[in-house]
Amino acid sequence: MSATSAPITTTPPVTPPEVSAAGKARKRLSSPWASLIAVVLAVLWTVPTFGLLVSSFRPRSDVRRSGWWTFFNDPTFTLDNYRDVLDTSNSASLGNYFVNSFVITIPAVIIPITLACLAAYAFAWIKFPGRDVLFVAVFALQIVPIQVTLIPLLRLYVDAGIAGTFWPIWLSHSIFALPLAVFLLHNFMKEIPSGLLEAARVDGAGHVSIFFKVLLPLLRPALAAFGIFQFLWVWNDLLVALTFAGGGDTVAPIIVGLANLSGTRGTAWHLLSAGAFISILVPMTVFLLLQRYFVRGLLAGSVKG
Amino acid sequence: MFIQPTRQRWSAALAGTLGVGLTLGMAACSSGDSDDEASVPSAAPVDCAQYTSFGDLKGKTVSVYTSIVTPEDKPQIDSYKPFENCTGVTVKYEGDKAFETQVLVRAKAGNPPDIAFVPQPGLLKQLVETGRAVPAPQQVSDNVDKFFGQDWKDYATVDGKFYAAPLGANVKSLVWYSPQEFADSGYQVPTTLDQLKALSDKMVADGKTPWCAGIASGEATGWPITDWMEDMMLRLYGPDTYDKWVNHEIPFNGPESTAALDAVGAYLKNPKYVNGGLGDVKSIATTTFQDAGLPIVDGACSLHRQANFYAANWDEDTKVAEDGDVFAFYLPGKDATTKPVLGGGEFTLAFSDRPEVQAFQTYLSSDTWANNKAAISSGWVSANKGLDVNNLKSPIDKLSAQILQDPKAVFRFDGSDQMPAAIGSNAFWKQATNWITGQDTKTTVDNIEKAWPK
Repeated sequence: MSATSAPITTTPPVTPPEVSAAGKARKRLSSPWASLIAVVLAVLWTVPTFGLLVSSFRPRSDVRRSGWWTFFNDPTFTLDNYRDVLDTSNSASLGNYFVNSFVITIPAVIIPITLACLAAYAFAWIKFPGRDVLFVAVFALQIVPIQVTLIPLLRLYVDAGIAGTFWPIWLSHSIFALPLAVFLLHNFMKEIPSGLLEAARVDGAGHVSIFFKVLLPLLRPALAAFGIFQFLWVWNDLLVALTFAGGGDTVAPIIVGLANLSGTRGTAWHLLSAGAFISILVPMTVFLLLQRYFVRGLLAGSVKG
Repeated sequence: MFIQPTRQRWSAALAGTLGVGLTLGMAACSSGDSDDEASVPSAAPVDCAQYTSFGDLKGKTVSVYTSIVTPEDKPQIDSYKPFENCTGVTVKYEGDKAFETQVLVRAKAGNPPDIAFVPQPGLLKQLVETGRAVPAPQQVSDNVDKFFGQDWKDYATVDGKFYAAPLGANVKSLVWYSPQEFADSGYQVPTTLDQLKALSDKMVADGKTPWCAGIASGEATGWPITDWMEDMMLRLYGPDTYDKWVNHEIPFNGPESTAALDAVGAYLKNPKYVNGGLGDVKSIATTTFQDAGLPIVDGACSLHRQANFYAANWDEDTKVAEDGDVFAFYLPGKDATTKPVLGGGEFTLAFSDRPEVQAFQTYLSSDTWANNKAAISSGWVSANKGLDVNNLKSPIDKLSAQILQDPKAVFRFDGSDQMPAAIGSNAFWKQATNWITGQDTKTTVDNIEKAWPK
């Protein structure tokens, strides 16, 4: 990674467009009216989450009898909900599920990104017969709804003897993520000026060193953007987890725990707000930490990396 | 919006948050292990003599998949301990609220659990049709003959083969009330339907709104009305007509259904009767069933018809007892001599005939298990006649067990759970919801009849 800047110096400077689209957009969006609208939207979007946060600190009887806004007239504060959700002597505890979520999410993000990177490179910069047909085929796979694949996939996993482990979840999430990942990363790679690669090749770089020394550093925002997408998707996924992990807390992620938290007949739904906040904590942190990549990834295409 | 200069501080703060989150997770985990270890020795010493017939099954595992999740799962799991300790079998318990859809997916994919606790005869039939389920062993069948009786056995019999013993049960023919209010106002617990009606009128005359109800329950919104209607069907026309109605031998839009639904309407669609403390008739559709009975505690409502499992919804400081804040009485029959009981329950369907699975199935169908379970749980009851009512802890459980074991009682399983899924967990719920929000009875029963799969 430290060699990032070396190949760039050998490249003829790429002239940026005089007034970038981003610049225009920035000008238009920073009028006071636009700011006002943005603030209103932000408040509107945040109010329910805020209500959830307030609810999570209210006692069970209050949650069930009145709305969260009444909290300000008559504040009764309790940590019982969080205690119930985290206390492992209670079978509602989210502790194991929380750890499972990490065990599921991290490989389920790394596997598709790694594979998609390599595939996207091949599709973008290696000429081989049938490349375009294959690429269209991969992209077309995106339209297969995941619901139709669930039972056949589960049958395959059962035959392979890996049902009930983490493997079905990792593999399924990778399978479902790959078409979009390949497509997105391919487009990012295609937009990198071919001059860069040619220069690297003149300097004696093969495919491997071009990939690792030239493309990978430039792709960082794209990778981070897709990584966040995939992380949020996997972390918040219920369907795949329910189908392949089932109920118990051996492999199921926190979302499954959350779905079961309210109790057999929904008698403990006051715990949901506390559970939801524990579950939100991680994706929110990841998003905020990586948000600059996220924005850059969305605006990607420029070589400013 | 994306403040670059303060990014460093942000990262630090967020890294902190993440750290805290992780620590919480880890702490939760580690404390869990010690708790588990602590709870094992605390299990009461068990006399293993009754378990010797199961033989030595050391090292074997039985997986159980069920819709019973927290907090009811803890006593379930604990009630297996004597069996586990004596036979050496490990029971792997998996509770899942999405059980009803997932168990079919798993059965179809060839990944069924060893035993599933199926809460609906209709679903049981569907599972048997996948060809993966195995009939119950002879011992289980004998236990069911001895402890449950023919009516329960029939619910789990498909094409002449008996598949599953009943596990827990619930009693739906109950009306919650406040004993305090009854004593203060001089109300009597009614013993016939007419008395119930007279009591409601008396309450109206006293300036009260007697009934409260709520049917919102996510995608299952409407089910409490189906229970009301089944209860009325049983009371007005008797168990035989009820069976015909459930099996669609008489049409859903026939005179019986219409009269039964109208009988429900006499309570739930009567603006003088509902919806105590909650609003008008239409508020029934938007009130969740969990919250619907709570106005009783505040005195805003006097009567709430809901099953024994409603007990879990009262606040912890509400005393549920005959001399407490709330209690329930049996929803009376047409006259004091008939005693129809509407209820539900789970069945232990096995997908494997390994000896340890059969042993566990046998244990669950025995009176031994029923009494073990009774001793450690509240809000649970079984139709097992070997269950000693005195082992049950909470008064409402005792009442439910007494109702179930009453020789005069005629038990009928929840009809919507036996009807085809297109009706029992779809059209019936939806039309009932439309009905409470204004649709007339005739359109309602006609629409359900139309939806019945040919």
